[in-house]
Amino acid sequence: MTGVLAIDPLLFGELKWMPLVIVALKVLVIFVVGLVGTMFMVWFERKVIAGMQNRIGPNKAGPFGILQTLADGVKLFFKEDLLPDRADRFVFRLAPFLAFVPAFLVWAVLPLGGDYRDGNRGLVEWFGHATRVQLADPPVGILLVLALSSIAVYGIMLAGWSSGSKYPLLGAVRATAQMVSYEAALGLSLAAVLLTSGSLSTVGIVGTQDSLSNWNVVATGVVPFVIFVIAATAELNRPPFDLVEAEQELVGGFNTEYSSLRFALFFLAEFMNTITMSGVIVTLFLGGPQPLAIGDWTADIPLVGNGLEGTIWFLLKLLLFLYIYVWFRATLPRLRYDQLMDLGWKVLIPISLGWFLLLAALRLGRDEDWNVWLVAGVSVAGLLVAAVVMFGAMKVSGRNRQQGAVY
Amino acid sequence: MQLVVFVIASLMVLVGAVGVVLRRHPVHAALSLVLTLFGVAVHFVAQEAHFLAAVQVIVYAGAIVVLFLFVIMLLGVDSADDLRIERLPIQRPLAAVMGVGIVGLLIAAVVATRGSEPLQAGAGINVAGVGIDDAVAGHDANITQLAGNLFADYVFAFELTSVLLIVAVAGTVVLTRREKPPSEEDAP
Repeated sequence: MTGVLAIDPLLFGELKWMPLVIVALKVLVIFVVGLVGTMFMVWFERKVIAGMQNRIGPNKAGPFGILQTLADGVKLFFKEDLLPDRADRFVFRLAPFLAFVPAFLVWAVLPLGGDYRDGNRGLVEWFGHATRVQLADPPVGILLVLALSSIAVYGIMLAGWSSGSKYPLLGAVRATAQMVSYEAALGLSLAAVLLTSGSLSTVGIVGTQDSLSNWNVVATGVVPFVIFVIAATAELNRPPFDLVEAEQELVGGFNTEYSSLRFALFFLAEFMNTITMSGVIVTLFLGGPQPLAIGDWTADIPLVGNGLEGTIWFLLKLLLFLYIYVWFRATLPRLRYDQLMDLGWKVLIPISLGWFLLLAALRLGRDEDWNVWLVAGVSVAGLLVAAVVMFGAMKVSGRNRQQGAVY
Repeated sequence: MQLVVFVIASLMVLVGAVGVVLRRHPVHAALSLVLTLFGVAVHFVAQEAHFLAAVQVIVYAGAIVVLFLFVIMLLGVDSADDLRIERLPIQRPLAAVMGVGIVGLLIAAVVATRGSEPLQAGAGINVAGVGIDDAVAGHDANITQLAGNLFADYVFAFELTSVLLIVAVAGTVVLTRREKPPSEEDAP
């Protein structure tokens, strides 16, 4: 069982009470912070969008309307819980949890702070025990995020199907196709990060990003980062990829028939996914809790210990991405469905695959001491040939489809 | 502890497998299949094969069963569908033969290895780090060794499998697409 226990340095050696208490405390903190963070996110999104649209936004409940989400939540709790006649009872009840639980579990593998400077592996002292500001560091690390996001697909899909009504079903079919398609691009750009960091565990990935030039956004050459952000937006079903709940076409999408608490669970899951996905991006590409460091110079926050400083850096980077997501929603118009699929399959997947191959070739060249420019030139030429062949094939198939030769 | 995990995971696998066969509704049967796959993933984790467990969930539960469900939803297969009508007459006898064959193979394997040493969890994988840093180094032992197996020792078998898969995909596309016969109506 050593491998299972390796998820936290606390759990090595014989089991004592204190480590268990610390782990329970971490679970509690993550749960509470997750819920409060989601509340904050809903308010933040409404307020920022209001600002961008020259409105005031929520301003009645509490200072700056910050308690608006709490009021909405209380209202949802006291609403009637409907169960449609044609619904599949068991699956209808199960679906919200399948959406909600994975959204929470992603928190477990994200390093939320800790001291990663000077080769420290994020270890901090709590009550005399060495631990990490992270619930677990399983050997599969970041793959857990992919696995959980593939379970989250079930939540949406089953919710739409079990409602026994056509709009939710259409929304669910759209959502599933979209999420499965973009998961491929997501995984391929993730592979570029794993290739550069050489580890699956989030601690290892954060550990290699110790200065700005080692941040994976720079080290992998920006392209995987851009693709990851686009694919993550699609994975989250956020605008401009929110065809899943396009009100003009589908009433409300997969959750049309849901009300009260079950709807609240979907709502929570959606916003929490936005936060956790931003956290994943920060961890993978922007060094997570690592401070901003250029060469020998490190941006040090005064008066704060290194352990706590990690959390502050993480939150700052997280806020940046939350703002970007809101910005997307305020600026970009929704894509048409065929544009969505074309972007995913014909643009993002080929580019991320090609970029991954290029990175792998450069890496091999560096390990074997080959001439960098020669390796880069040959690989780029090969990729260009592949791209020309692919565009030729797409052109032919497009022409065939227009002439109606094949169907 | 190992025994508890084993019993619970095995129950998941068995209940799921029975559910796949017995549930009338195709969606429920597919969900039972997911339960089985998760049980197998738990078994993998208990045997220290973390990477396999993750891949099991991502590929089988996350992609393949989702596609099953997708097809079921799109075709709108209802529980009212009569299962007694056989589309492929040879299917059931063939399934019976395969089932009996697999059970026979499994029993033979169990009988043949009865006298040998029981395998330790994680045997052959260096995951049992002692200190903290050793554990982190042992973290990626799974993928390192799998990569060594796939891309060095058995690289030809691996590549042949991928060629086979590509041939299967291309074949499916060719078989499902038909050339439209040029008719009078199509002419503009």
